[in-house]
Amino acid sequence: MSLFQSIKYNVKLQYLLGISTIVIISSICFLFVGFIGYHVVALILLLAVSILAMFLDIYPIIIVAILSALIWNFVFIQPQATLSINNPQDALLFLMYFVIAVMNAVFTSKIRKAEGLAQQRKEKENTLQLYNTLLNSLSHELKTPISTIIGAVDTLKINSAKLTEENRKELISEIDLAGSRLHRQVNNLLNMSRLESEFFKLQLDWYDINEIIYSVIENNLPDASAHKIIFGENENFHLYKVDGPLIEQILHNILHNALQYTPPGTEISIKVRPGEKGFEIQIKDDGSGFPPDKVNLVFDKFYRLPNTATGGTGLGLSIAKGFVKAHNGNISLENIPSGGAKFTIFIPAESTSLIKEENE
Amino acid sequence: MNKAEILIIDDEPQIRKLLKIVLESNDYKVVQAATGNEGIHLAANHSPELILLDLGLPDLSGHEVLLELRSWFEKSIIILSVQDSEEDIIKALDNGATDYLNKPFRTGELLARIRSSIRITQDNEIKPVIEAGDIKIDLTSRLVTLNEDVVKLTSTEYNLLILFAKNQGKILTHQFILKNIWGQASQNETQYLRVFIAQLRKKMEKNPNSPKHFITASGVGYRFE
Repeated sequence: MSLFQSIKYNVKLQYLLGISTIVIISSICFLFVGFIGYHVVALILLLAVSILAMFLDIYPIIIVAILSALIWNFVFIQPQATLSINNPQDALLFLMYFVIAVMNAVFTSKIRKAEGLAQQRKEKENTLQLYNTLLNSLSHELKTPISTIIGAVDTLKINSAKLTEENRKELISEIDLAGSRLHRQVNNLLNMSRLESEFFKLQLDWYDINEIIYSVIENNLPDASAHKIIFGENENFHLYKVDGPLIEQILHNILHNALQYTPPGTEISIKVRPGEKGFEIQIKDDGSGFPPDKVNLVFDKFYRLPNTATGGTGLGLSIAKGFVKAHNGNISLENIPSGGAKFTIFIPAESTSLIKEENE
Repeated sequence: MNKAEILIIDDEPQIRKLLKIVLESNDYKVVQAATGNEGIHLAANHSPELILLDLGLPDLSGHEVLLELRSWFEKSIIILSVQDSEEDIIKALDNGATDYLNKPFRTGELLARIRSSIRITQDNEIKPVIEAGDIKIDLTSRLVTLNEDVVKLTSTEYNLLILFAKNQGKILTHQFILKNIWGQASQNETQYLRVFIAQLRKKMEKNPNSPKHFITASGVGYRFE
């Protein structure tokens, strides 16, 4: 691939490749011209020019086409070692060779250019579509909590006298929820743009994975009143060199997703399997799982399952995947035959088997 | 009992107004500044009990204001920041900030941090006995008790606990702790720290997985309460 890449961008290399190919093929043909005849040589050279046209730009390929015509004339057509041609048949053949070689070169090159343009157009269309999805999803997901806040505040201001104490409390708790939701959306957007910026860099340090998981669970407890979260802590004390806040974000997004989209009463279990070269975390629920044909899509940016409740931008899981990839790790999702979904994350990381000092 | 004066340095009028209402309704006196220079000026004139400093200011950067204040202002400074990059926070803590809060914050959390930061400066004379909830540390006899029961600590665990206890309520960065306990050369050996914190939690926390004394500030350091 790298050879193709360098040929694509280096015009000097293109001339070198084209000219040397023609010279080498002509030399080989020169050895066998007695057996195959100079008409066949013309066809071989034409074939070479056609193949080269697939790799070379327009100017190098025209030069190569002209060169091959001249070589054929000079070396192979009688009288040899001159550019003159004795019989009209050969002259016609030479003229046709010349035209076919150059046309071949020009057309192939044009087709390639058109293909490139079509590709670019398609990419542009994709970007535009993504941008539209983003705008639609964003304007909806940001405007909903903002409307809630403005509406609730207006009601509190204007209808204050008519509101029962209970209504007032409800409005205030709606404002609270809307604020948290806005905060989460903005954080997701910031994380996504952080992930896509070229300045994104991991801050590696030693972390206790158990501690990270406990803290993620604790932060999600307010949303987990109807769910049951089980963490089977691994007894061994393992430290890994990772970007702690990012690992926390990965687990937070997956857990938050599970809490958001599984029915009340669902049990969510988290397991860690520490290894020497990294660790694996499984987050499993006994909810209804994902539609089998959508399992591969859930990590895509802005993808949301059809008919899901509002409240997300479809960024959470794709950020989780992005942060896992940033660690050169792997994340996968599968449905469990007995019901529910299972996320498996593997993060390769340097580990330390520091044993606790009992006494000094 | 309060009436302690708090200086708010923040360029956002909405945030200043919100903070003023919250603080005044909790019996604090409030002084406000919208720029770094005004803040430094007011800090010199009013000598407040505590400063809430926003890192993003129009005239000077919050870090510059912090450095200037720290050359003579000895009481607590809490950083309010929207940039939740750990690097920025560590820099502020290394430059002498007592604590930090990321915007948006819950006012309950803000008030708790303010209370504990003010406590730091009020009892900065060295006491022979330090108490933190159910933990009691007698510095003269090197005796540590938890609910009256003696806790056996190794000497490193004890030194670490004392460092925390003397800085109760203040966030200590990983580097700061490592330098103080293990020396200059160990500044990046956070794995030691993780091990010893885990041990201290096991010995002294009611629930080591939901610590109430040795609090983690993710990616930044620890705070002892």
